[in-house]
Amino acid sequence: MWPLLSIELYKIFSRPRTYISFAAIGAIVVLILLAFYVDGNNYMDFGLQSISQTFDIRGKVLNGYLVCYIILQTLLIHVPLLIALVAGDQVAGEANMGTLRLLITKPVSRTRLLLAKFAASVVYTLGLLVWMAFLSLLVSVIIFGTGDLMILKSEEVVLLDKADVLWRYFAAFGFAAIAMTTVAALAFLLSIYAENSIGPIVSTMSVIIVFTILSTLDIPIFNAIKPYLFTTHMIGWKGFFDSPVSWEPVVESALILVLHIVALLGVSIFVFNRKDILS
Amino acid sequence: MSERIAPAELSDPAAVINPTNFTGMTPLIEVKNLVKRFDDLVAVDDLSFTVYPADVYGFLGQNGAGKSTSIRMLLSLIKPTSGEISLFGMDLQKHRFEILRRVGAVIERPDLYKYLSAIDNLSIFARMSGIRPGRKQLMEQLEMVGLAERADGKVRTYSQGMKQRLGIAVALVHDPDLVILDEPTNGLDPQGIADMRNLILRLSREMGKTVLVSSHLLSEIEQVATRMIIIDKGRKMVEGGVAELFKPSNSRIHIKVEQPGRAWQLLQQSEWKPFMEQGPDGELIVIMSPDKVPALASELVQQGVGLLSIRSANSLEEYFLSLTSGKQHVASFKH
Repeated sequence: MWPLLSIELYKIFSRPRTYISFAAIGAIVVLILLAFYVDGNNYMDFGLQSISQTFDIRGKVLNGYLVCYIILQTLLIHVPLLIALVAGDQVAGEANMGTLRLLITKPVSRTRLLLAKFAASVVYTLGLLVWMAFLSLLVSVIIFGTGDLMILKSEEVVLLDKADVLWRYFAAFGFAAIAMTTVAALAFLLSIYAENSIGPIVSTMSVIIVFTILSTLDIPIFNAIKPYLFTTHMIGWKGFFDSPVSWEPVVESALILVLHIVALLGVSIFVFNRKDILS
Repeated sequence: MSERIAPAELSDPAAVINPTNFTGMTPLIEVKNLVKRFDDLVAVDDLSFTVYPADVYGFLGQNGAGKSTSIRMLLSLIKPTSGEISLFGMDLQKHRFEILRRVGAVIERPDLYKYLSAIDNLSIFARMSGIRPGRKQLMEQLEMVGLAERADGKVRTYSQGMKQRLGIAVALVHDPDLVILDEPTNGLDPQGIADMRNLILRLSREMGKTVLVSSHLLSEIEQVATRMIIIDKGRKMVEGGVAELFKPSNSRIHIKVEQPGRAWQLLQQSEWKPFMEQGPDGELIVIMSPDKVPALASELVQQGVGLLSIRSANSLEEYFLSLTSGKQHVASFKH
């Protein structure tokens, strides 16, 4: 499996377009950090306006942990697009280039080829998340220092001791890896049906946008289907920032996402093994 | 394998390999009653053919005749609706890996990773074929197709001819016994076509490969193949040794004269009668060896019939032309 995976990784990381995602995340994080560095205190005053009349807030609220949380909330909405750019290209891109037919004529099973391609997509996804974690957490902490993390939720204010925060970020990035792998699996499946990568990328994003809207709209008719939408569970990482952590919904969401990955990959293998390669 | 291919002296391929003497020989490719349907379209219809070791087997048919679909089924890209395919004496469905290890192919266009160099492409497909050659061996392969100097150049900067040669190098990198080339001269300039022809002959004669080459041009197949098949609408129309199919006795001589009616009557009373046909626009057609044309012309002139033109066409060529122009029900191949 390793020779195939190394070939797929070599192909992914030899393409300039792969690094667009890394550059985009780098640019957004740097811009947010710069904005907070220049104007962070005004932002905090505005944000805390509603509770400062009730509570006496002291200490360094604007710290690296809070900035990282804000960056995560902002970026995790857009990262699926960057994941789909590569995962949606895995099979459709090969079909479009005409190299798929050459790959299939090699003495390698279609299942192994597909698993290697999916594994390469997962490596790319993890790489992107590690890059995001490095920039948003490490650089934020270096610039703004550490402190207690205060999170404003719709019905409560969560205050986490600074010694109790770092593990939550590692857990949140771990959860995000599962969520983003689900996106990769969806883009990967759609990639098998297409002969150019635009289709699967646009389709993946369309599914995510529609499902996210359905997940967030608080209309009774949609509430019944929300538990069955993977996008409902993709924001489960926020559960790590509850005090105490509500483990049950977090683990349940993680398991549902893993089931989605297994199902999507299973369907991909089933379809690909029966597909006539006409490209 | 590492020796660079120089232009070959073209001669009758059949002179090198006897295409008809296959008695007792195990077929390298054996296709029986192959059918492929795409919904209502029957792309390949009950096709059977046999390729023997050391054949250069021409797969001829007009565009859309079912050549590429058949070749894709041989390479397990497309699953047959029904029928049997065996290569090297093994069933393709059951022994796919063993078979594909011994096959190299260029299917339609030589599409490769444009953002990678030639040597990277070669290395990737070598590893996919289960071998891991060093740079030296890869360079030898590129040397063979005349691309060593551009080994590190990105494929996107290559000309069509260079891509085609790189495609051949990729097909040969794991030293296969069978090489399948689907329309290898498509998009090539005349020099590129000649180079490809030489390469096919070298593959067969010097490297001992069996080659299956498809084309929609009869002349291409005629110049390189030892055996051939013509397919149309997915069905086999003709199969056999090229030397036999093109033998001179099968030539059709088209004669235009000033008085076609009189000429027809005269020839009906002569020894040529059994070989006569009436062509369109008063043309006379005689099926015979071209070396008898002077005698026939002399006889007509002596009888006072003015000759306008005499044209020789191989009956196979005419037959193929009739297929490509959709008149296959009018023409019949006499072999």
